[in-house]
Amino acid sequence: MTTVATVEEGTDSPYALSHLDALESEAVHILREVAGEFEKPVILFSGGKDSIVMLHLALKAFAPAPVPFALLHVDTGHNFPEVLDYRDRTVAKHGLRLHVASVQDYIDRGVLKERPDGTRNPLQTVPLTDTIREQGFDAVFGGGRRDEEKARAKERVFSLRDEFSQWDPRRQRPELWNLYNGRHAPGEHVRVFPLSNWTELDVWQYIARENIELPQIYYAHEREVFKRAGMWLTAGEWGGPKDGETVEKRLVRYRTVGDMSCTGAVDSDADTIEKVITEIAASRLTERGATRADDKLSEAAMEDRKREGYF
Amino acid sequence: MSTITTEELSATTLLRFATAGSVDDGKSTLVGRLLHDSKSVLADQLEAVERVSAGRGQDTPDLALLTDGLRAEREQGITIDVAYRYFATPRRRFILADTPGHVQYTRNMVTGASTAELTVILVDARNGVVEQTRRHAAIAALLRVPHVVLAVNKMDLVDYREPVFAAIAEEFTAYATELGVPEVTAIPISALVGDNVVEPSAHMDWYGGPTVLEHLETVPVSHDLTRCHARLPVQYVIRPQSPEHPDYRGYAGQIAAGAFRVGDEITVLPSGRSTTVTGIDLLGEPVDVAWTPQSVTLLLADDIDISRGDLIVPAEDAPATTQDLEATVCHVADEPLTVGHRVLIKHGTRTVKAIVKDIPSRLTLDDLSLHPHPGRLTANDIGRVVIRTAEPLPADTYADSRRTGSFILIDPSDGTTLTAGMVGESFASPDPVDDETDDDGWDF
Repeated sequence: MTTVATVEEGTDSPYALSHLDALESEAVHILREVAGEFEKPVILFSGGKDSIVMLHLALKAFAPAPVPFALLHVDTGHNFPEVLDYRDRTVAKHGLRLHVASVQDYIDRGVLKERPDGTRNPLQTVPLTDTIREQGFDAVFGGGRRDEEKARAKERVFSLRDEFSQWDPRRQRPELWNLYNGRHAPGEHVRVFPLSNWTELDVWQYIARENIELPQIYYAHEREVFKRAGMWLTAGEWGGPKDGETVEKRLVRYRTVGDMSCTGAVDSDADTIEKVITEIAASRLTERGATRADDKLSEAAMEDRKREGYF
Repeated sequence: MSTITTEELSATTLLRFATAGSVDDGKSTLVGRLLHDSKSVLADQLEAVERVSAGRGQDTPDLALLTDGLRAEREQGITIDVAYRYFATPRRRFILADTPGHVQYTRNMVTGASTAELTVILVDARNGVVEQTRRHAAIAALLRVPHVVLAVNKMDLVDYREPVFAAIAEEFTAYATELGVPEVTAIPISALVGDNVVEPSAHMDWYGGPTVLEHLETVPVSHDLTRCHARLPVQYVIRPQSPEHPDYRGYAGQIAAGAFRVGDEITVLPSGRSTTVTGIDLLGEPVDVAWTPQSVTLLLADDIDISRGDLIVPAEDAPATTQDLEATVCHVADEPLTVGHRVLIKHGTRTVKAIVKDIPSRLTLDDLSLHPHPGRLTANDIGRVVIRTAEPLPADTYADSRRTGSFILIDPSDGTTLTAGMVGESFASPDPVDDETDDDGWDF
């Protein structure tokens, strides 16, 4: 080995990358591998911070050429208007192609039924997998991170899905070095997670460093909210507040952005990126623990949804 | 985590490391303590662990539940897969590949070690160096992990006696050095009590070295690149063909080893054509020099035919291309690898057809015993293979380059990843250079 012999113990050589540079380089490598090996990749784009960072990385990875992937938004029908606005401006600004898979359409057609709790996050799986099949997408980028949830901690960067989009943890391929295996049979596809090794804090630090614009709801603002299951939910047509729940105006921000019905806001006065980073660095709760009702359904809620083809 | 500024957080480097061991060695306790004492376990995660532990009638929270993410793992109380954990201190960001230690999980350990710059090997101070320890040392040596930490755990159960630690450290270091492990750091710990994991121990005045976390925070994460062969596997050709950039043609890839500079004479393999680097685009920023593991786009003086799968190297430092590879492999699939097996080989960004010509030997990692001509390798086997490729590959030896000396074999029928391979001799020679004979080490 020729390693380290000349480097003084305890010091990093001038060639050491910062952790953000190392993570960025890894993500770009993953994006380019997919561009090189797949016929029809697509980026899942929700307008959430992780998908925004993913798109930013894709823009950098292929510049000065355009991003060679389309975007796919699974629209629950319970979107934050600020997020939809952001999505449409972003698509226009970069000349991207956007596919929308609508949960509302499926409900209107009677294919999907509204859940008693009004939550539509679990309903995204069918429109997502149908669109992947109909459009023939063979690689689907997701912004999932392994630090989010413990079933995700075992997720591969290249995650094989069968023709029903199902995830079988026992069929996942070992990933060694940076040699990703994207082989798949016709009808199968691969979910790809370029941010696998990023944490929530990394994402925010990168947003700060790259000066990336986010939907305003990520920063502290006054909002009409009510409390359900220990979380602040936005009042709206989707089904809240109900009996006994009272609306109040609070200073809040969102740590994650998903379906309005199950994404909670947190009390916060962090109205700048610096304040958000400070807040997260000091937080004693994970972002999903703090803000996602859908993960609290059971100990294996995420694993079960992933098996069925969820993000 | 109270007074860290944004700037300090952004300035940290990244260390990828692996732990191998079983519950018996206290591995989960060590990992749990690293996460817990570095304040990386958050309240809701801890509450969930406490809730489940209490539900099973356990008195104390079982920190292994933090890493055992799959239902089957929780039900069986074992770690099946590689679990990745993330934590940070003000000095560094860590990616921990937490792998199970038993022999049937060798493939998981190999996977975790493949990207690791450091491996923590645990031994129980009461048992010392055992078969499993030797296996873990051999995996670290095979995968050429630059730094090895021997954590001698459960020192509290041997009354914190220095001679116990010293004897184990000496035996292990001698063994690892013979295998070519370049650096061993032995640390006496008690993961249960917390001695020398994050905080220095109050029970072992005789130990003057770093705690586990201090060592993780300060071990060098990159090396002297001027001594490495520069290698860029081409992933993608960027050609906007737009009015603003009618003639732009850039070769995108992640530098696998070494450094490239503007003005370098380069050769493209396997074609062998040469030209000069006229520009390096570092994700939108023009730079004069770039190095591993940066993702870059190279601009070249001449419009020569280059596509995905090619390897860009310095003209004066090109590896030989070959269709015959000899390598050490770890078989990772459930179906066996046999002589005559037709496979795909992915090396760098190139995937070509290949055939397994021979499997000269299988190696038992516990005692390094050799089994000649096994005919097949099954899951978790380590062995030597001879491969004939359909097209020439510019392979380095794994000793020279972990990135361009490694490959995977893929089943062409269903895409299964079969085998992980490392080109060249299995183990480094214990001495840098002794003489001309090259077959007196631990090769097999």
